[in-house]
Amino acid sequence: MRAFTRETSKVVAIPGVNCDTDQIIPGRFLKADRAQGYGQFLFHDIRRNEQGELDPSFPLNQPGAENATILLVEDNFGCGSSREGAVYALVDHGVRAVIGPSFGDIFYNNALKNGVVPVRLPVEDCEALADHLARFPDAEVTVDLTASKVTLPGNLGTHPIVIDAFARECILQGLDEIEMTFTYMEQIKAFETDRIASHSWLDR
Amino acid sequence: MAQATAPRTMLGKIWDEHEILRHPSGPSLLYIDRDMIHEGSFHAFADLKRRGLKPRRPKQIFGVADHYVPTIGRKSNDAATPAIARMIDTFDENMEWGGVRHFSISSREQGIVHVMAPEQGITLPGLMIVCSDSHTSTQGALGAIAFGIGQSENAHVLATQTIWQSRPKTMRVTIDGVLGQGVTAKDVMLALIAKIGAAGAGGHAIEFAGQVVRDMSIEGRLTLCNMSIEAAARFGMVAPDETTFAYVRGRKFAPSEQEWDRAVAHWRQLVTDDEAVFDREVTLNGSEIAPMVTWGTSPEDAVAITGRVPDPSAFESSEKRKAVTKSLEYMELTPGVALDGLKLDKVFIGSCTNSRIEDLRAAASVLKGRKAVIPAIVVPGSTQVKAQAEAEGIAQAFQEAGFEWRESGCSMCAAINGDVVGPGERCASTSNRNFVGRQGPGARTHLVSPAMAAAAAISGCLTDVRRI
Repeated sequence: MRAFTRETSKVVAIPGVNCDTDQIIPGRFLKADRAQGYGQFLFHDIRRNEQGELDPSFPLNQPGAENATILLVEDNFGCGSSREGAVYALVDHGVRAVIGPSFGDIFYNNALKNGVVPVRLPVEDCEALADHLARFPDAEVTVDLTASKVTLPGNLGTHPIVIDAFARECILQGLDEIEMTFTYMEQIKAFETDRIASHSWLDR
Repeated sequence: MAQATAPRTMLGKIWDEHEILRHPSGPSLLYIDRDMIHEGSFHAFADLKRRGLKPRRPKQIFGVADHYVPTIGRKSNDAATPAIARMIDTFDENMEWGGVRHFSISSREQGIVHVMAPEQGITLPGLMIVCSDSHTSTQGALGAIAFGIGQSENAHVLATQTIWQSRPKTMRVTIDGVLGQGVTAKDVMLALIAKIGAAGAGGHAIEFAGQVVRDMSIEGRLTLCNMSIEAAARFGMVAPDETTFAYVRGRKFAPSEQEWDRAVAHWRQLVTDDEAVFDREVTLNGSEIAPMVTWGTSPEDAVAITGRVPDPSAFESSEKRKAVTKSLEYMELTPGVALDGLKLDKVFIGSCTNSRIEDLRAAASVLKGRKAVIPAIVVPGSTQVKAQAEAEGIAQAFQEAGFEWRESGCSMCAAINGDVVGPGERCASTSNRNFVGRQGPGARTHLVSPAMAAAAAISGCLTDVRRI
């Protein structure tokens, strides 16, 4: 996993409450090998018109949006299917952080495992940021995980990033979780021996 | 393991029992009793291969092909495209490579993972179960902690048989009263999600309680827990009771008769203590719930079948007003239109929400010799459900009514096996998600119960099943 410390970028606002992972990546693209790159599938159907052409009004299709690495989203972003392809699409497109009032729980975990920081901010702050971006599309936001702070543009202030300390540590260091867990293998094996002894049907 | 003496919830008890250790910074390292995997797991297998690892506890991993399988035949080359066939073949290859027990497309145990796992006794009370599918919440209906994970987490489980996880908050949903005629677990869930919202239980584990739940069959409880995720709860649970024990006994991967009494004695200890406190309590009066239907593109967009398409201006938040306007445009619906009588193009009966034998019985009982007037398909949740329905004469009832009778799989719910609703088509579906494009690009989904779906098929429009 790529480590995340601090990111400053323009921000693209993706509209819509309950933006589910089917919108982030439609199911029919989930067969693809990761080597093909999932960025091409990001918001595939909602960023195109009925003819299949990129819709110029979709925020991600607007000039300057291609360099933004931070997204602003609405409530319950990433709800629905557990498909990690949704996060692969964000990562492969170059997204490093997503700011929103709330996220689907599985999406939230998947993001952290792939070095994408989901930043939960109160809905009023998200709305204020959206308003600001509508007037100043080039405004920048800094997500600083080292200091656990997000700095919004204009007079919108600096806000704490509330994130599980464990996840923060892993992502700051770009830690490989499987290797880390292997260091606890003695305890895992001891636990497992007891568990199987009292639940013999698990060993069939 | 934590030795709490304070009153605990069922979630707390099962969690404590699986906690190997707690990291100084918060999360628990949990022991995973059983991991269910499907075709989408190829990313996790690629990760293992890259690391030179194999599944650590293959006996505790169960693979089943469900998402991509064709429903018109039982060979991978029946699949809609060569790319889909390759997903099924790759899955078989990975299972063999990993030494994992698996139920391939042609096996008698095959089915949608959340249908076949309880059926085979893989899902049991007190277990910690994961699957890389959001509807894993379904399996909590037997009194387990069961939750959906991504492929990175899946690779971690395959490699270590553990997962790092922060304990969720708890929400108890108490449903008292008695459900009316024609009202099912599906309607209860749509009513709940309409009440608390699609984000309403985010960060929480739901425990379903109350008279309605106690009276409910395992099939109904599975439907309740299945749709917990549509209210943003990754976990849904029902306390194990006599109904549960009777369901589980004798199933293939359940405790044997020699092990049985000890297992049940333990399971009885898992129920929530009387004095335990939940972070949130929600109550529903089951007697007031009507058959439900969705009109929009989120499961929270649900009303009674007697209701009308809402006016966007009636919603409080500006975000929701915008979302409703967009939904109605997508759904091609006008505010104020009665839902009962809305013309349909298709009916789908299936999915991990509503494809069990009881669901099929309920749908078939509505038919009474009448014919479907629009294309309708029935996709049983498992090969075993299919065989049982054929033995009971249910399959014949559907076929005589003009329904297509298919092989089991996720089919038109995930809509990635080639079974889709066409662009602009309106479908009454017993599945769980009415998202934009979920059943195919441009498809319009109305979520309903199996009985409501059957009523829709014979009348060609959304119909209050209580009238039929």
